[in-house]
Amino acid sequence: MNSSATNRVSYTLDSTLESVNRAENKALEMAARGGFSEDSQHNIAMAVREAAVNAVLHGNAYDPRKKFVVAYEITPQALVITITDQGRGLDLESIPDPLSPENLMKNSGRGIFLIRAFMDEVKIRNLNPGTEITLVKNVGREAANAKEETK
Amino acid sequence: MTMKASNRQVDAVTIVDLSGRITLGEGSVVLRDTVRDLASKGHKQILLNLGDVTYIDSSGIGELVSAFTTIRNQGGDLKLLNLTKKVHDLLQITKLYTVFDVKDDEAAAIQSFAKK
Repeated sequence: MNSSATNRVSYTLDSTLESVNRAENKALEMAARGGFSEDSQHNIAMAVREAAVNAVLHGNAYDPRKKFVVAYEITPQALVITITDQGRGLDLESIPDPLSPENLMKNSGRGIFLIRAFMDEVKIRNLNPGTEITLVKNVGREAANAKEETK
Repeated sequence: MTMKASNRQVDAVTIVDLSGRITLGEGSVVLRDTVRDLASKGHKQILLNLGDVTYIDSSGIGELVSAFTTIRNQGGDLKLLNLTKKVHDLLQITKLYTVFDVKDDEAAAIQSFAKK
């Protein structure tokens, strides 16, 4: 683990499902620290889980030599989470719309869709090799109120 | 919390009580194995009780879809019972809420199979 400041922490993790659970649990903890509502905490943690699954499963393909990095940062405006893998890269054009009738009954392909549904901003960058996905959840009124109450 | 599944038989309907998390890995596998086992034994009317399911990820959603398709392809029917708010919302977002027959009363759900 590397920690550069109180409000920013990053982890370099093995390409395993245990790491996915770790990334998810840390997201839950950081979202709670950021003052987000219980629903938002759940949604943020789920988005991080989906992104971590993509990194481990589709990016690094469970390769024990490859790692993925998860960085969490709480700013006054937002919780920002960046997940970077060492895989072949993500072809955004090839991601089908899971809501279209021909894809609705497919067994997979909903991860990125759910991430976008749960976060305010999602940026995906090809690193050639590797993929970096940045998830942003803005501090809303509910979080601001929660912070006021704890003062 | 790992996922658990146990079966009950009420008339011709097999009720599968699920609890825990349906996520990539163990939870999804438990659901897949349970439904495949029931299908192979000729059970065609399946009611998945999700009342104690605390969490489903995209892999778990895919597994629900797969279970639905497996039973339908065998001429049967699979319905969902007792969705938590989070699971309900997830099925709404993914437009699957209208695909599944979702019930919130067990007795009524069992009767709905008989009507077919």
